[in-house]
Amino acid sequence: MSKEAPERVADDPNVDPNVAMQQSAEFAELRTKFRRFVFPLTALFLAWYFLYVFLAVWAKGFMATRVFGNITWGLILGLLQFVSTFVITMYYARWADREFDPAAEALAQKMGGHHQ
Amino acid sequence: MSAVATFAPAATTVGNPAINIGIFALFVVVTLAIVIRASRNNRSAAEYYAGGRAFTGRQNGIAIAGDYLSAASFLGIAGAIALNGYDGFLYSIGFLVAWLVALLLVAELLRNVGKYTMADVLSFRLRQRPVRIAAAISTLVVSFFYLLAQMAGAGGLVALLLGVEGAVGQRVVIAVVGLIMIFYVIYGGMKGTTWVQIIKAVLLIIGAGIMTLWVLGQFGFNLSQLLGDAAASAPKAADGSTRDLLAPGLQYKNPIDFISLAMALVLGTAGLPHVLMRFYTVPTSREARRSVVWAIWLIGIFYLFTLVLGFGAAELVGAKEIKAAPGAVNSAAPLLAFHLGGEILLGIISAVAFATILAVVAGLTITASASLSHDIYNTVVKHGKATPEEEVKVARMAALVLGAIAIVGGIFALGQNIAFLVALAFAIAASANLPTILYSLFWKRFNTRGALWSIYGGLISAITLIVFSPVVSGKPIDPATGKSPSMLQGVDFHWFPLDNPGIISIPLGFLLGYIGTVTSREFNAAKYAEMEVRSLTGVGAETATHH
Repeated sequence: MSKEAPERVADDPNVDPNVAMQQSAEFAELRTKFRRFVFPLTALFLAWYFLYVFLAVWAKGFMATRVFGNITWGLILGLLQFVSTFVITMYYARWADREFDPAAEALAQKMGGHHQ
Repeated sequence: MSAVATFAPAATTVGNPAINIGIFALFVVVTLAIVIRASRNNRSAAEYYAGGRAFTGRQNGIAIAGDYLSAASFLGIAGAIALNGYDGFLYSIGFLVAWLVALLLVAELLRNVGKYTMADVLSFRLRQRPVRIAAAISTLVVSFFYLLAQMAGAGGLVALLLGVEGAVGQRVVIAVVGLIMIFYVIYGGMKGTTWVQIIKAVLLIIGAGIMTLWVLGQFGFNLSQLLGDAAASAPKAADGSTRDLLAPGLQYKNPIDFISLAMALVLGTAGLPHVLMRFYTVPTSREARRSVVWAIWLIGIFYLFTLVLGFGAAELVGAKEIKAAPGAVNSAAPLLAFHLGGEILLGIISAVAFATILAVVAGLTITASASLSHDIYNTVVKHGKATPEEEVKVARMAALVLGAIAIVGGIFALGQNIAFLVALAFAIAASANLPTILYSLFWKRFNTRGALWSIYGGLISAITLIVFSPVVSGKPIDPATGKSPSMLQGVDFHWFPLDNPGIISIPLGFLLGYIGTVTSREFNAAKYAEMEVRSLTGVGAETATHH
């Protein structure tokens, strides 16, 4: 896991280029980079979604409370689910375009292909 | 179910059937012309299954919205909100948030690994034959449930809009819708299907947007007033108590049932084969990401529209009239269009709704036919040696057969609630497909036994629980209609208490995948390395055909 990937792994006929790449430190870094971003974010939006669902079934009174006019907490929290979905989408897309793609592209070039 | 027809005296037909049919015919002619133009070169397998992978992220995002915003979303959710208020809104939240699973965990990696079908990804590093067969079966089952829902929607609409009386007439119209769809798929392949979905998505979102502004305009663009009026005019419950449309719990009395549904909704999307297949129509994983971003915005905005449309229908049309209409809950949106803009708007909106059904059914049919041909015929019958021409030929024949099944299924599914049938498809997808997709992409140790146990375990448990649920039999008779809301009348063999199996079958799918894996030693290091490197870097991924 600690060794660097050779400059162009695809050139060495004796080593499976995919295995060599997979075992390189750089690839481990790319994998970690990806998982460190998407796993916590997934946990976050799922927790927030189920919190909302639990409130809808076990705190009906609260969800039906009018905050102003006929706008209830249930409606506000529901609309916030939309907002959070849009925000997470744009946050991820920005990160993937700026941070992840260049890193993946660098490794793809070492494999003799390119990340697209 | 001819019962629907007998409940629907011709007098309840709204609008002018000639206008409705005319506008729909116009849509069919325009889309047919586009399909024929777009599909001149459909001989290769990549063209037929994946549109040559040459769509842009934006085009594919719009097509995904067109694929996903089915009759369930438009007719089903608007109707559910109109009758049950807040609980209907919960559907749309689950359907939307679910896209984050697809965006963060599935879309890009799947685009890099697969070729034409979901089974390509699931079987990549496992034993091809058994896993492919399992994945193909689950693809077919999920697509079938989804198809039933769409065709049921078509039947309800027909009853309402075209003034077609009697069971025979409705069946004829379902058959016509099915035949047009079969032509799109067989002739147009994925390219034709994609263009139909794009056109439909644009029409649907614009149509719903106009209606939304129109409804809001009647309430001085004051959402609070709309909600208040809708809540005030909601009929009382059978026992005389007030039904607060703005409070949760009108549709779902049992908290566990609701949680089960919520799980199926949020985890189902990323396991729907017809959605996954759309990611192969773009050239790169980056474009797959763009597709999902576009899709999330379009779908989210559309669901905000349905919130207004549902409450608008509750106030302007009224629960009584909706329930009495031939399409019942599914007719809320068309009835609202009639109340707002008369015959013309009704004609436009119902043509859009038909287009919706047509486009989604086409997407489902091409997915199922691709799986039959690419996964079953090529792998099982031909041992992977079928030529692309043979595969495409078989896929086209499969589309014909599946289209016929959809027509027959649609005739039997008349009168079922669409959003609800779709929720069952989501539950099966989340139980049988999602665990294997995630394990395959993220768990090194995962192997063939894990995949088979998870797919079959999830599939069988979900279907068994549905069969023995109150959905199929045993719901008490509704005094308003004199019928049980269950599918079968007059029998009761249910023992599972919940309408949606998700809360049991989804964890079971994950658990069986885990147990199957740890009890088998199989591990293919080379294929795992290839899959993981390919999924993250895109090296070796299928590229677009020249354009």
